[in-house]
Amino acid sequence: MEEPADRGGPAQPLLIAKDLRKHFKVKGGAPGATVRAVDGVSFTIHKGETLGIVGESGCGKSTLARLLLHLIEPDSGELVFDGDPVGEMRGISVNALRRQVQMVFQDSASSLNPRMPVRDSIAFGPHVHGKTKAESSRIARDVLVKVGLKPDLFGPRYPHELSGGQKQRVNIARALAIEPRMVILDEAVSALDKSVEAQVLNLLRALKENFNLTYLFISHDLSVVRYISDRVLVMYLGAVVELGPVQEIFSRPKHPYTVALLASRPSMDPANRIEEPPLTGDPPSPIDPPSGCRFRTRCQFAETVCAEVQPVLGQWNDRESHIAACHMRDPASGHSRAMEVN
Amino acid sequence: MSAALVEVKDLNVRFVTRESTAHAVNGVTFSVQPGEVLCILGESGSGKSVTLRALMRLLPASKARISGSIKVDGQDVLALDQAGLSRLRGGLVSMIFQEPMTALDPVYTIGDQIVETILRHKGGSKAAARARALELLELVKIPSAAQRLDNYPHELSGGLRQRAMIAMALSCGPRLLLADEPTTALDATVQIQVLILLRKLQAELGMGTIFVTHDLGVASEIADRIAVMYAGRIIEEGPVADILANPLHPYTRGLMASTVHGQSRDRDIDAIPGSPPDLRQLPPGCAFAPRCAQASGECLAAPPEPRYPVPGRMARCVQIAAKIPEFA
Amino acid sequence: MSNAMTLPQQPAKEQAAPKQRGYWGSVGYRLRYDPVTVFFGCVVLAIILAAVFAPLLAPFDPYKESIIGRLKPMGWKGHLLGTDELGRDLLSRLLYGGQVSLLMGVVPVAIATVVGGSLGIIGGFGGRRVNTAIMRTMDVFYAFPSVLLAVAISGAMGGGAANGMIALSMVFTPAMCRVAETATAQVKNLDFVEAARATGAGTLTILRYHILGNVLGPVFIYASSLVSVGILLASGLSFLGLGVKPPTADWGLMLSTLRQSIYINPAICALPGVAILVASVSFNLLSDGIRSAMDVRL
Repeated sequence: MEEPADRGGPAQPLLIAKDLRKHFKVKGGAPGATVRAVDGVSFTIHKGETLGIVGESGCGKSTLARLLLHLIEPDSGELVFDGDPVGEMRGISVNALRRQVQMVFQDSASSLNPRMPVRDSIAFGPHVHGKTKAESSRIARDVLVKVGLKPDLFGPRYPHELSGGQKQRVNIARALAIEPRMVILDEAVSALDKSVEAQVLNLLRALKENFNLTYLFISHDLSVVRYISDRVLVMYLGAVVELGPVQEIFSRPKHPYTVALLASRPSMDPANRIEEPPLTGDPPSPIDPPSGCRFRTRCQFAETVCAEVQPVLGQWNDRESHIAACHMRDPASGHSRAMEVN
Repeated sequence: MSAALVEVKDLNVRFVTRESTAHAVNGVTFSVQPGEVLCILGESGSGKSVTLRALMRLLPASKARISGSIKVDGQDVLALDQAGLSRLRGGLVSMIFQEPMTALDPVYTIGDQIVETILRHKGGSKAAARARALELLELVKIPSAAQRLDNYPHELSGGLRQRAMIAMALSCGPRLLLADEPTTALDATVQIQVLILLRKLQAELGMGTIFVTHDLGVASEIADRIAVMYAGRIIEEGPVADILANPLHPYTRGLMASTVHGQSRDRDIDAIPGSPPDLRQLPPGCAFAPRCAQASGECLAAPPEPRYPVPGRMARCVQIAAKIPEFA
Repeated sequence: MSNAMTLPQQPAKEQAAPKQRGYWGSVGYRLRYDPVTVFFGCVVLAIILAAVFAPLLAPFDPYKESIIGRLKPMGWKGHLLGTDELGRDLLSRLLYGGQVSLLMGVVPVAIATVVGGSLGIIGGFGGRRVNTAIMRTMDVFYAFPSVLLAVAISGAMGGGAANGMIALSMVFTPAMCRVAETATAQVKNLDFVEAARATGAGTLTILRYHILGNVLGPVFIYASSLVSVGILLASGLSFLGLGVKPPTADWGLMLSTLRQSIYINPAICALPGVAILVASVSFNLLSDGIRSAMDVRL
């Protein structure tokens, strides 16, 4: 299959997400109660980069991934793929989007059809997009080789006959079979053993180079995100709290949540153990997030302005900038520390 | 040296089905002192969870064949009858699990479950048991403990459920706490809270603890000693700082190198090639040899015997004595 | 720069595969070690073969009456199982009766599987409105006890074998629909279905490739257990006179007509009942065994 043409040119971001919003109605809750899973998220992904998205449970990163592929319909917001608005008359259709963006799911018992041999699961994609059975089989064989599995040995196997690492390679193969330009990896290595995780990460790096891919890497594991990403986006309770180049985020985090997240990583040094947890309590429920800044209930720097005004992220479409949605970083906010921090 | 709290000698566990026999644990020997935290580190299939469950005889009796010797506080666990086992579990030895949602009964409140455990082991009145339950919830730092007593498990968040499970495990003052990956399913910020809590409780109450995990970071935060397991055998053992600073066994070294922790972004991670062996068909020699860059003929012949290059450290590898000149 | 052109491969040794058996292979393997199921499988096979080859196996004409040879004991003049109240050979009638009873047991189940199964899959996969429309309609039928419903429908239609089968089909369809709907609803939310949608597959394609294969298992198991119920219900309808009409040989009808003669020759009168029992139980246990074998821990 030929690669779909690069329509926008190198300067055009591959994907622009603007103000995406998705609320779910709470079943059996108070009328009008909604889970504000994704609440106004905007960012860009540039061609050939790896954008890492970190956050804890309930931050909305998995919902966001599904919004990007229109597996869930956004309530509001825009998606622009390589210059074409998605789902609109003059833009590209959702089907065409799915031809160019694919997703790798977390390894689980149900990520592959248990009744289909591996080669059929992989050949399904090309077949859906119009290839003949013979063509699809050939593509499946090729892509199995690309992910390091011998097609004759692994093609006829069923998912329950594979190890976790092998299943994930098959998941990756399935995503690559239709030759997408972008791959969304939703916790793709989280369920794997550490040594297997390392193998799969190496594979992902090689594939990205060889096939000119763009990655959106979602994970809760900061070390992995640091290793693989070029830029990082930090989510908390449905909103973006920080965005910037990976080195910046990890060495000079700007948002108190990011600071706490980084400080929660185990020290790997028994002589210098973490004595006090950087963050206490559990994240609040996304059904009824705190007013103003969502993080204020756990933030040691919270002041009145934080409860009244929601902080603004800033220039989210600039590739180089490092921005945080925090009143302390905004000189005009009225926060007492706004001046000294900047 | 005072008597060890736990003494396991030559433990073997096989799972026998019609189709095959899986050798999950092969000749495991270790001991835990009172008040000490031993971390069993390993990946899936290493036998770490099976070892832990064997200590309380939680394995399915029809399929599991256990041999060897397990002594907890002097008692021979494998020789206990049902009544003795009932007294042991929850009383002398307690366990916390990875998934609190499945470990807690969803149709009873937290308070009821803790009270039940207390009444079972200590007897006494319900009111006294409930007071003790409240104390425990406060001990594990659950906010609004009095209201939480009457909450059902699904009404609590993941971190709180885990704390509730810890409270239940501690309710009868066990001398040995077994923890099977209790923080794996938790977010990072919650995980560190629970780890610090466990560390403090363990020190305060003086319990011996065996903590099973696959995460080196978790081990570094909580362990006094680490035992690394691979294919059902302990292949390295020693104080946590020593092992992290200077791993001896090639598998331990490989594990550390492949754990993503600040590696350079421009190079591949040094992954261990291949995958763990099938426990139904273990190779005759060292189980790690097929993946080991330093394997020699000797490695393939027979499983290596434990070596003690330095007091307190053990490694099952024929290559190490030759390679560590400072220990020679 | 690292291994840009060579992709990480696993060393050849690790890839020695365990013996591949596939799904149906492992089902067969498990069945081999289940003597009860194998035994009853043979019984079922014998019953089916006996019914199919009845014309060849039956020693006498099942419709030939004989005034003097009525209700004779087993072994009388070559009648291995005796004769019935009109002098007809019982063994022959049992063999021919097997044809009817099996047919009346299996055909309604087959119809219910196709109709109910399809409705269930549509209901399970469709949106909430479609689901409600189909499932609540089924619930109305499901609310009636099956025997009563079968009797009522069959009676209203006037009896006869065909009407009996239609009645039984209507009785079984709601149950089958439910099973299919549950299975579909479970599969619908699994990751691989979402992955198929993400690949761009349409609803029909997903149904055909992914849903159907995973739903047919539970449906088939339920259908095989329904056959034993079908045989019972069909015999019951015939017993009540709502099934086949005399002189057709049918186990339920034979039970009914032999009932009056029970004081004269009790053993012979019980034989059709024994046939019903054996057939029903055998199908039931066979389906149980298949279910356990198919319950693969994947």
